[in-house]
Amino acid sequence: MGEGFPILSILVFLPLAGALLIALLPGERMPWPAAVVRVLPGDQQAHAKWIALAIALATLVIALVLFILFDRSDSGFQFTDTFLWVSAQDVGFDISYAFGVDGLSMPLVLLTGLLTTIAVLISWRIDMRPKEYFAWLLVLETSVLGVFTSLDLIFFFIFWELELLPMFFLISVWGSGRRSYSAMKFVLFTFFGSAFMLVGFLVMGVVAGTFDMREIQESALVGAVLPVPAIFAFIFLAFGIKLPVIPVHTWLPDAHTDAPTAASVMLAGVLLKMGGYGILRLLFTLMPETAAAADVALAILAAVSIIYGAVITVRQTDLKRLVAYSSVSHMGFVLLGVAGLGVVGMSGAAMQLVTHGLITGMLFVVVGMIYDRTHTRQISAMRGLAHYLPLLSAMMVFAGLAGLGLPALAGFVSEVTVFLGAFGRHEPQTAVALFGVLLAAGYVLWALQRSVFGPRDERWRELKDARAWWEFLPLGALVSLIVLLGVYPSVVLDVLELGVRPIADGIAAVQPDIVESEALGVARLRSGG
Amino acid sequence: MSEPVSEAVVWLILGLPVASFVLITVLYPVLRRHPAPAGWIAMLTIGGSLGISVWLLMEAIGTAGRPLGFETHELVDVGSLLITIGIRLDGLTAVMMMVVTAVSFVVQVYSTSYMHGDRGYARYFAYMSLFTAAMLGLVMVDNLVVLFAFWELVGLASYLLIGFWFHKPEAAAAAKKAFLVTRAGDLGLLAALIFIWVRADTLDIATINTEIVGAVELGLLGQTTLTLFAVGLVAGAVGKSAQFPLHIWLPDAMEGPTPVSALIHAATMVVAGVYLLGRFFPVLEASATASDLIAWIGVGTALGAGLIAVVQTDIKRVLAYSTISQIGFMMFALGTGAYAAALFHLMTHAFFKALLFLGAGSVNHATSTFDMRRMGGLRAAMPVTYLTFVIGALSLSGVIPLAGFWSKDEILIEAWDHQRAIFALGLIASGLTALYMFRAIILTFHGSYRGGGQPEPGGHGGDPAHPHESPWAMRGVLALLAVPAVAAGFLTFGGEFQTWVLGALPHPEEGHFVFDLGVFLASTIIVAAGIGAAVAVYQLRLIDVAALRTGALRPVHSALESKLFMDVLVEDWLVRRFFHGGLVKTLARVDEQGVDRALDRVWHASFEAGRWGRLVQNGQVQTMAVVLVAGGVVVWGAVVIFWA
Repeated sequence: MGEGFPILSILVFLPLAGALLIALLPGERMPWPAAVVRVLPGDQQAHAKWIALAIALATLVIALVLFILFDRSDSGFQFTDTFLWVSAQDVGFDISYAFGVDGLSMPLVLLTGLLTTIAVLISWRIDMRPKEYFAWLLVLETSVLGVFTSLDLIFFFIFWELELLPMFFLISVWGSGRRSYSAMKFVLFTFFGSAFMLVGFLVMGVVAGTFDMREIQESALVGAVLPVPAIFAFIFLAFGIKLPVIPVHTWLPDAHTDAPTAASVMLAGVLLKMGGYGILRLLFTLMPETAAAADVALAILAAVSIIYGAVITVRQTDLKRLVAYSSVSHMGFVLLGVAGLGVVGMSGAAMQLVTHGLITGMLFVVVGMIYDRTHTRQISAMRGLAHYLPLLSAMMVFAGLAGLGLPALAGFVSEVTVFLGAFGRHEPQTAVALFGVLLAAGYVLWALQRSVFGPRDERWRELKDARAWWEFLPLGALVSLIVLLGVYPSVVLDVLELGVRPIADGIAAVQPDIVESEALGVARLRSGG
Repeated sequence: MSEPVSEAVVWLILGLPVASFVLITVLYPVLRRHPAPAGWIAMLTIGGSLGISVWLLMEAIGTAGRPLGFETHELVDVGSLLITIGIRLDGLTAVMMMVVTAVSFVVQVYSTSYMHGDRGYARYFAYMSLFTAAMLGLVMVDNLVVLFAFWELVGLASYLLIGFWFHKPEAAAAAKKAFLVTRAGDLGLLAALIFIWVRADTLDIATINTEIVGAVELGLLGQTTLTLFAVGLVAGAVGKSAQFPLHIWLPDAMEGPTPVSALIHAATMVVAGVYLLGRFFPVLEASATASDLIAWIGVGTALGAGLIAVVQTDIKRVLAYSTISQIGFMMFALGTGAYAAALFHLMTHAFFKALLFLGAGSVNHATSTFDMRRMGGLRAAMPVTYLTFVIGALSLSGVIPLAGFWSKDEILIEAWDHQRAIFALGLIASGLTALYMFRAIILTFHGSYRGGGQPEPGGHGGDPAHPHESPWAMRGVLALLAVPAVAAGFLTFGGEFQTWVLGALPHPEEGHFVFDLGVFLASTIIVAAGIGAAVAVYQLRLIDVAALRTGALRPVHSALESKLFMDVLVEDWLVRRFFHGGLVKTLARVDEQGVDRALDRVWHASFEAGRWGRLVQNGQVQTMAVVLVAGGVVVWGAVVIFWA
């Protein structure tokens, strides 16, 4: 892929094009001229999901090819695709159309491609307005990919806001429970943060004379209308809501619970990751001094999120809500890792973004499949599911164990790396956060004990275990990846390290006392040799 | 000299049971209906591991237990963090691998018969393979993080096996309890590994044992650092090895199939803690605080669990408390510096405790119960089980010249030399051992038969009304295990065993046989007293047990029956009242009624504000300009005030 080939633009906009294509399929009550555009014969509604699958797969393949071609010795942005879009130098700023991936965003792009494909597959039986449904899913993919690849603040912001639209419709039309309330709550919380984020972006862009992140990084942001800590706080508010951190997390359980399964998978799997990604990409890269000064506060916030989130999770009676609340706790690990300010902690945090995407994605997939069969998510109403749904129960146990950080599965690697990277700088906060591991074991095993295990229940006698191809594929892919990252984490961790190393270097330049482990001159000695 | 050991062959010991687990899992759709091959897969692979282990033990003997050098491999290399995976093969590992594979192998053989006809037959052997593999990984790796990973996987396998009959609510609850309680201890180990990495930048076990300990001696690293690290290790060991106060999971773990208990109690899981402290013995030795801590926890546990065992009516629970008590012996041995003795006791205990559990399984096979009040007189119907059970009990009680005598005697001699109070308590605990074991023998095998349990539908064994001896696979295993239970003591006569395991330490010394006539007499007298008391009370009935229970000893008895109140304290008070009733309830209320409602109010208020705000939006440019300027002034003013 030579210089100048707009592969990232293709990657980002391919799903959007697919969404348009699906939208152009004739609907049920289309007037007769529409018959002209009836290119494909047969049931037009059923074509939607096949087109969506093809597009999602194509995007996944492109992302995978990029991941393979990715140069693992280059810590800068690769596959960049830039041209100046608006040059308003007379009023003092440039906006450029710029895409690129580095070690931090590359795995997240791949994760987005994977989870969107899975989201399409597990929605195979959607029969209510399938055209719109699959079109919105693809729009969602474009917006998330855009956030992960934009190198310009304005485009970052546009994609960040674009994501609200599909999610709002997915929750409020195809959701369950108090779906309009939850959809509105989700949008309002995000908007609230975005407003502050936009102010921060504008201030930075004007003072630096450009909205290109790579150039803002070079500028000292001197003489801005707002002091740098204020910009930091404004933007952190948006990312903190997204991540989420206590106490602005309350949109999350409602939105996750009432969203349709595929939207929950996307929400937990990739949308939350935008918060963690933003913290590393923007806050820590563009404002290293402030980030280094805020580390203690961030670590406290992280420890509170981890423990508070886990304790509340214990009390949940709705399986989906339980998984949702556990995300609050797990995303706290991301914040704890970045607060460590070093390569190890940040790599762990980035790894946690990826592993949590896979693990929580899988939990939502399994809970959704179980719900499709039992039509209840109340833990108290289930028991002994393992007798009639052995495969799904085994998957539930697997995903649960991955969620509690069992070794040989992905979550363990990221949690241990975060702990190692954070302890040196934040001893009390990390020590408190350790108990999150015990609490996670508590809520996961307790939930399993009550839902999967226990005596037979005749109500579930007629249930059929997972057997369709569109159920096997997502489960198989997720299990394999969770095991792969658990036993051979380097395949992703090395790439992520490549991405966070410049960020950590930037912080170390302004805060030279960062030492993650204290070498005694005996370091790295190996046994047997 | 023989040829150097190939690394791949050593990995094969771990690889074979892993392969068995993977194979059975992959073939599960077939094996669910035709389960017999699952048993064969597990038996053959673990048998293969046993073969290699025996060969490696021979190699290790050849080098007096000194480590054989192997390359280590990079697993994670991020920033300053380096995690490697490699083999640490020395006398200690060789002995552990031999014990684990030997006990696991005979347990597999026994299980093909014991689990015959169970619906989960194939699943059972998959879990058993995983359990064996995890334990083997734990004893052979050279890096603390990797060790911790296998440590947790041991916990996972025990969770799956204790909850194997998941349709029983008690089994599901016991599995969860085992995992959670041991994980509470694991936090200590996790904290220890984080701490040592941050302070000393290494996770390599050998480096910690040599250079880090050396650095502390030279004053390059604080003694507190080492002590905190050692205390973390102790916490992990206390959880896994079911020592006070984290012992509460083990008696409940009886809900799993009996061969699982044999494996948990003899060769995997509970001995992992002893192995851990043995592996880090140089660290433990360098920290007096941690040594004293584990010595007192160990001897207290040995005594307390011995007392509780005396009042149990369930034969498996007697054995469970016996394990807790015996592990206590190993722990206080480590705490008093008796490294080789502790590991020797670990090995002899593995054989006779496996024997006793499998004997209890055999009894259950015949009677469909574990309740000794419904047994009695089985001596005639089950001669092989009876004989081997008595041999196991004699060995456990420490009767000369059986294996258990030599290992326990050595522990007591070392305790006598180091800490007299611990010696005295240990001596009492060994008297209790004899008492509870012979009480169990008399209640189970002597007297007249009391009817057994209800025949289980689709369960194991035959008609409990007419107990019979178990099939050959089970009898054969019992007979086989009786051999080391009698004879394993000979390994100490020339100090050979001690030499092997001492070879694993940084400064190895020649092992030698210890014997002390005074300690021998004291322990033999107290063991005889224990056996005598059991015979007097339960066989000859010189004292009425019921009167004891209701008479003067009533408070003691009820305290022991409630397991010294630990379950009440932890489950009712700590978990139910403090955690669920207090912390969780309060925080949930804060979350729902405080945070959520407050934020909802914010956006409702913003709608309200919008209604007012709309009045300003009257389309007049002048109004807009006024509002714009006013707003700008307010924001700018606020910023200047707060950040100036």
